[in-house]
Amino acid sequence: MSGLDTLIEGVLLGGVYALFALGLSLIFGIMRLVNLAHGDLILLAAYLVLSATTALGVSLVASTLLVVVVMFVLGFLLQRLVLERVIGDDILPPLLVTFGLSIVIQNGLLLTYGADSRRIQAGAFESMSIAIAPGVSVGLAPLLALLTAIVAVALMQLIFYQTSLGRAFRATADNPQIAQLMGIDERSVYAIAVGLSLAVSVVAAITFGIRANFDPSIGPARLLYAFEAVIIGGMGSLWGTLAGGIVLGLAQAIGARINPEWQILAGHLAFLAVLMVRPRGLFPSGRP
Amino acid sequence: MTALLSVSALDAFYGDFQALFGIDFELEQGEAVAVIGANGAGKSTFLKSLAGLVRNRPDAIRLAGRDIGDSGAAKVVRLGLALVPEGRQLFRSLSVEENLLVGAYGGDRRSPWDLQSVYRMFPVLQERRRSSVTVLSGGQQQMVAIGRALMSNPSVLLCDEISLGLAPIIVEDIYRMLQQIRDNGTGIIVVEQDIARALRSTDRFYCLQEGRVTLAGTPADVDQQAIRSAYFGM
Amino acid sequence: MTVDSMPIAANGEIELPVAPVWQVRVGTPLSRAAAIAGVAIVTVLLLLPAIASRNLIQDLIFVFTMLALAQLWNVLSGWGGLVSVGQQAFVGLGAYALFATVSLVGIDPMLATPLAGLFAAAIAAVIGPLLFRLEGPYFAIGSWVAAEALRLICAQFKSLGGGTGMSLSPSDLSHMIGLKSVQALFGLRPAAGRDVLIYWIALLLTVVVTVGIYTFVRSQMGLALAASRDNAPAARSVGVRTDRIRYWLWIAVAFATGMVGAVIYQQKARISPDAAFSVTDWTAYVIFIVVIGGVRTIEGPIVGVLLLWALMSNLGKYGSLYLLLLGAFAIVVMLLMPNGLWGTVAHRWNLQLFPTRRRLLRSDPTTSERNSAIDR
Repeated sequence: MSGLDTLIEGVLLGGVYALFALGLSLIFGIMRLVNLAHGDLILLAAYLVLSATTALGVSLVASTLLVVVVMFVLGFLLQRLVLERVIGDDILPPLLVTFGLSIVIQNGLLLTYGADSRRIQAGAFESMSIAIAPGVSVGLAPLLALLTAIVAVALMQLIFYQTSLGRAFRATADNPQIAQLMGIDERSVYAIAVGLSLAVSVVAAITFGIRANFDPSIGPARLLYAFEAVIIGGMGSLWGTLAGGIVLGLAQAIGARINPEWQILAGHLAFLAVLMVRPRGLFPSGRP
Repeated sequence: MTALLSVSALDAFYGDFQALFGIDFELEQGEAVAVIGANGAGKSTFLKSLAGLVRNRPDAIRLAGRDIGDSGAAKVVRLGLALVPEGRQLFRSLSVEENLLVGAYGGDRRSPWDLQSVYRMFPVLQERRRSSVTVLSGGQQQMVAIGRALMSNPSVLLCDEISLGLAPIIVEDIYRMLQQIRDNGTGIIVVEQDIARALRSTDRFYCLQEGRVTLAGTPADVDQQAIRSAYFGM
Repeated sequence: MTVDSMPIAANGEIELPVAPVWQVRVGTPLSRAAAIAGVAIVTVLLLLPAIASRNLIQDLIFVFTMLALAQLWNVLSGWGGLVSVGQQAFVGLGAYALFATVSLVGIDPMLATPLAGLFAAAIAAVIGPLLFRLEGPYFAIGSWVAAEALRLICAQFKSLGGGTGMSLSPSDLSHMIGLKSVQALFGLRPAAGRDVLIYWIALLLTVVVTVGIYTFVRSQMGLALAASRDNAPAARSVGVRTDRIRYWLWIAVAFATGMVGAVIYQQKARISPDAAFSVTDWTAYVIFIVVIGGVRTIEGPIVGVLLLWALMSNLGKYGSLYLLLLGAFAIVVMLLMPNGLWGTVAHRWNLQLFPTRRRLLRSDPTTSERNSAIDR
């Protein structure tokens, strides 16, 4: 049943895109910052996990945890030392800074690891499949990616709506100046947000790093998919971001079914179509 | 006895524009003081300077013996000075209860104001605790704004134009609650355009005109004519 | 003023105060000097092919075209407030239009260039309204996605080389208008002669673009646009038709960008979707030039492109390391000088070679002083 296959494939792909988008949604939603280096930071995470598993010989799970911590710290420092100084009303300095960061990371990875494609080894896990219904089986790795996306969104929702940190995030996003009057130091809040975004990106990196080959140049494409998912889903809603990712995944899967060369284009066209009909996304939360 | 809050020679600038010129001011423990003046006199700027939103010399503002003039707003609220900002400025994405809870983010002290005591003072907020703040009436929003500031258990509460846009009967209620807050030991500074209201509810007052204190004293001692000339500068 | 306070002159007559005369001036002595220097420099550049090496000519084609792209991005994003990360779309569209008309239809490249611009402008006219629904960061990313979509669409055309691209054949290029004259003038072979011809076209285009942008920024429309960028509702309330001005600016910039793309790829004579629509080459470098130089100034991109040229010439051979340093350099400059190199210098010493600000001068007929009153 090729129609069902396409559907499943689209949904599973959407899970990966949703994970790309989650980190971006955090930074953009709270800080209004367009992080053009987002995709490259995901790549960086993938390469760090690669090094940890191959060069240090650490298990995949342990590597992931290690790199999550490293990336959180990296994000925190990135905000405090660099981004904090350019955030403001003018959109251009952060644009150039994150563009510059993107170029620095891409070329740094190129110099360190070379241009050859790599893959994170996960052993037999990579090719295992599981039957979810009679006669229908899906790859275990993609399925777990989707489940991870759902868990990640649920976790983020928990943080945002049930903790005081989450309230601080939302208050700062609404009105940074008044948030200060509550004792919320926006610099700390932003630093935690960026750290969290990078930590989530590690999970995103694993999901695609296991399944497909990657090289230093594919960062910007991930950024675009992430943004498309966020915008299709609608700003301000984390479940919306998940939905956006799935819509994008489906569009690409359908496009690929028609003609493999049209996969990416189909995604872009779906994005532009959503913009035409619903500029605020499919599930906006009310706050612009 | 040294004042709880004392301000000496406070100047405030927005870029090159000077909004306040050498303000001297004092607030004793448990006092309620009014700051009156026309639009643009500098009243809001004064409160913002106290709250740490406008930076100053360290010794320009002293709270309980500490220099706080150059402290940022997040630090000032932790030290016990909370601002109810002009126009309420509630967090639109947060519910009533969440707005109150976020007020407690910076507070190190936990009494006497917590969620329960704020709800006791403003029962209507408890009924609407889960609502979005955007659907509340003006008076209810003002209550949330005051409650939010109280949650940090301040020793000094700054109220910027809290009667603005509200019906007189609501304003009555709110000022009655301010009295309760005072009775609980918090010092209060109210900035008001409604002179009569301000003078009725406070122990002392200062009048600002074009960034300077033109008159100060107790309501009983000063006559209408003096206030009018100090207010308008004529 | 009451009757009692009117001044009475010594002879007993009442002196009525004469109203002061207000004038708006833009030029300064410095800018007039700069204008003369500018004309001199352009003249030298015009005559340069007589003595310059082919390498220098090719380098300067790069400098001129990048400067043109930068000035165009500057007026769109800096003055117009439309921060686009997708202008590479119009470079690519212009380039592909050129290749299509030259190789498939046989039109002379010189004539094809304005046609390429028109094609880019037409596409801009269509996708503009769609993208304008987006604001700020959404517009930036949306324009990038649109560029990517256009790249992928162009890659579908097998007749233009598909995904791998194509080259212009020597026969397509050998009959360019004016080529024979240039060859004869300097005694050059066709390839070198073509470079000189394209050099002049690029120089002409860049000068026209720069002067055109400067004129626009100084005009009523430019002022209106700056007002809209500062406070859109306020501008609308005084009658500024923000949306219309922006739309026509967007189309005009696309037209010029398309022509620049056509010129660039005439010179390269080889095209591929990835190259023609490259976000790094046509947007990242452009943003670098404008922002490092100084956004919202005409001088800034000039400083920026010269800096980029210097860096590229000296460090380009280091490949990835050079790019890494370039990125790091961009970050450091932004942290220390958000107004850019020229922007910071101009601000500090109040220099303007291309003054865009209006000064209000007041002359009182009763006195012989002229005061500079308000700086806009």
